[in-house]
Amino acid sequence: MKLIINKKEYNVPDSYGEKRLTDYIRDELDLTGAKNACQMNACGACAVLLNNEVIKICHVLVKDAEGKEILTIEGMENPDGTLHQLQQAFVDAGAIQCGFCTPGMVLTAHAFLMKNPKPTREQIRKALQGNLCRCTGYQQIIDAVEMASEYYRKN
Amino acid sequence: MNKISWRNDAYAKVTGKVKFADDIKFPQMLHAIPVYSDFVHAKIKNIDTSAAEKSEGVVRVITVKDVPGVNRWGQIIKDFRIFAEDKIFYNGDVVAIVVAETKALAMQASELVKVDAEVLPSILDPEEAMKPGSLLVHEEHGTNIINQHKVRRGNPKKAFEKCDLILEKEFSTQTIEHAYMEPEVAVCNPRPDGVIEVYAGMQHPFSTRRFTAALLGVPLADIEIVGVPVGGGFGGKDDTIAIVCARTALAAKLTGRPVKMSYTREWSIRESYKRHPYKVYYKMGLTKDGIIKAVETKIIADGGAYCSVTPWVTWRSTVQCCGPYVVENVHCDTYGVYTNNVVTGAMRGFGSPQMNFVIESMIEIASEKLRIPSIEFRKKNMVRQDSITITGQKLDNHKVAMEDVLDVMLKESDYFEKYKKCKTEIKEDEVYGIGLAMSYRGMSLGAEGVDFCAAIINVQADGSILLETGIHENGQGSESAMCLILARELGVKLERIRYRKPSTSNIPDSGTTVASRGTVMGGGATVNAVKELKKIIFEYASSKFECPIDELEIRDDKVFSKNKTAPFEEIIKGMYGERIYPYAFGVFKAPKVTWDEETGQGVAYFSFTYGCQVVELTVNKKTGKVKLLNAYAAHDTGKVANESMTLGQFYGGMAMGTGYALHEEVKSTDGKIKTLNFNSYRIPRATDMPEMKAVLVQNPDPNSPSGAKGIGEPTNELMAPAIANAIYNATGKRFYKLPMKIDVKKELEVLQ
Repeated sequence: MKLIINKKEYNVPDSYGEKRLTDYIRDELDLTGAKNACQMNACGACAVLLNNEVIKICHVLVKDAEGKEILTIEGMENPDGTLHQLQQAFVDAGAIQCGFCTPGMVLTAHAFLMKNPKPTREQIRKALQGNLCRCTGYQQIIDAVEMASEYYRKN
Repeated sequence: MNKISWRNDAYAKVTGKVKFADDIKFPQMLHAIPVYSDFVHAKIKNIDTSAAEKSEGVVRVITVKDVPGVNRWGQIIKDFRIFAEDKIFYNGDVVAIVVAETKALAMQASELVKVDAEVLPSILDPEEAMKPGSLLVHEEHGTNIINQHKVRRGNPKKAFEKCDLILEKEFSTQTIEHAYMEPEVAVCNPRPDGVIEVYAGMQHPFSTRRFTAALLGVPLADIEIVGVPVGGGFGGKDDTIAIVCARTALAAKLTGRPVKMSYTREWSIRESYKRHPYKVYYKMGLTKDGIIKAVETKIIADGGAYCSVTPWVTWRSTVQCCGPYVVENVHCDTYGVYTNNVVTGAMRGFGSPQMNFVIESMIEIASEKLRIPSIEFRKKNMVRQDSITITGQKLDNHKVAMEDVLDVMLKESDYFEKYKKCKTEIKEDEVYGIGLAMSYRGMSLGAEGVDFCAAIINVQADGSILLETGIHENGQGSESAMCLILARELGVKLERIRYRKPSTSNIPDSGTTVASRGTVMGGGATVNAVKELKKIIFEYASSKFECPIDELEIRDDKVFSKNKTAPFEEIIKGMYGERIYPYAFGVFKAPKVTWDEETGQGVAYFSFTYGCQVVELTVNKKTGKVKLLNAYAAHDTGKVANESMTLGQFYGGMAMGTGYALHEEVKSTDGKIKTLNFNSYRIPRATDMPEMKAVLVQNPDPNSPSGAKGIGEPTNELMAPAIANAIYNATGKRFYKLPMKIDVKKELEVLQ
């Protein structure tokens, strides 16, 4: 079995097929950006992109991700190692506190902005409603997504 | 570098590179899990671990029999059973931990642990539990009353006789969960030198070290709590994570291998302590011209199965039981009570959100009865410069900014204009309301605890600087705030400064990072360390520059005398050449506070902060759904160290307060929690929150060396009453209970 994660191919022993994708990438590949917080598809801390769609992978089995393009937070930075404009916007807007929800939040916003680069704040709220954050009250996260939208409009 | 929104950990967090405890691995690491029983209150006859021990991959099953040290611990009363002994006191008690090669194997084995016990009647109602003759939760305590606090001021009985209006109301608030996104995780690594390293997200490394050392029966120096990022705390990462660390450390000690204990959300909600549910009886006496003459109140807090910090939480409720109002006659009795419910303890606000809901509701009820506009009524009664609080404390050592923040809010929200719109339908079926609430809050621990903090500044030979304080990064940005304060106070570039990864083996015990004390205490210690450092640097620089010490200053990254200047690093290099360490230790001891337990009088806190919040909302007449439209907050923050992080405290506090007001409740059946994950325990989502406007009123606090005041909790304690008042102004429905759910069927007439 092959997984394509952050444009890199991984050979996965078939015995891992029934493992949850979160556990596999965290435990076996050390891609720990996706977090375990509810493990029941209810909080978004494990959200990654599968073929550009946001998926909470705590309820996805490894075998079901076969052949799909997986993007985790570890693949978000620009090829030159600088922060992606969306990540930079999170930093600049003060959208980060404890940082536990941040990877899922960034990836969810990324998928959303790729589809809707000119969102209203209300649309941003709707797009992020599946991602829980207990620290920020979402205000500065929404600021960040709004700030970054300009980049998505231009690119 | 954008100073306004600077965080030292922003890059690590936004790239997912930051390592939380659950992201840490050691070679040969084992996995431990807790084993609970089905009981709520029971006498244990036998814990049979034999089958579990034989299960595949199991290395050890640990029960109380394996504890080499002290099994009972706590910050106030040592009643927490780290492992269940002869009784189950609540459904979150842990009877054993299973240690295995993988978590899955540990889970498999945990099913095989059998607890044989005799069920005892559960004591779940604190008011029943208080009655003489009630069955006791902890027989050795002699009563179910954990603690009592009082305020005795003036003579309310006499004062009531002269009052024109007496109001008597009962309020109740619910149990809520901190819902930090990161559940409890501990990783313990036994070092060959005998020290056990503990990695876990927590707010109180020093208390965790005491819990752990006690359980293992080793000196404090044998346990090293290494700072790792905290995935949210809000007061909740104190006792429970300390216990989880202690158990994990014991597993590491007994197996000689690194051990990780990673909690599921269900275990976390089941076992961890919560916000206290309160029952409050409140009697207020007033004159017809709108002066509050007397308050008599009885406050009952359900402390759950163990004491935790119930006496401290309820003390704050007692001191602040009249809100920011001057009342000459006050009689307050506050009780913390043992039950077999889930343990309750510290949570953002710490005994104030309950009371502010009560008081700010009472204020509006009273003003309406007296036909005095509520703002005018507040202004007649609120604290002002040199006012005497209900505990007899004169507010004369800082700027009393109560009226300032109120006026700012009235203007910012356009309160009076919008108030006129109340009860009108602004959209189909959506009736409008605006509501306000205000409070003052004693800063830091007050007379509830020993309040001091250390900071170490260690300037390296090249002029780069390592800073460490005894305050812990909870996600709020404390390390960044300390770095910014150091740069500002020392007069050097921020780029020089690195925050040293903290460890209990390096910095002295500085208490816990709670009580909105991080920036005040850690910042204070940093400022005092800068003063020490400057003395050392200036002594050297005065001989080098051949000038008197008082001529010297550091700014813009340079050292100046009247005629000479040198880059900071050049002076530092010179000091090392002369065998002088530019190293300083700073301490901030909070100014003296006093308290008399019998009279409830004293200088309760060394300073206060002032806040006001306004909420605009609509209530749907058909569905009862409350939609927040806008929220505003103004707080006296003192001198701000990091503006965007301060704003983050505002917004986050307001969101948590919104959950408290409208959505959240830990629901139990017969002492067993049913809302064990985010599908049933509903915290605010992005779509639940309105746009928020924050106003920072900055009066540098003379009692705080950095000028900062604490702000994490004040922002959290006002949303429930502001929302309650807005709902009332929209619908005429007054809530006496949280969370506020409008049952349209029952209350249809209210809305029509």
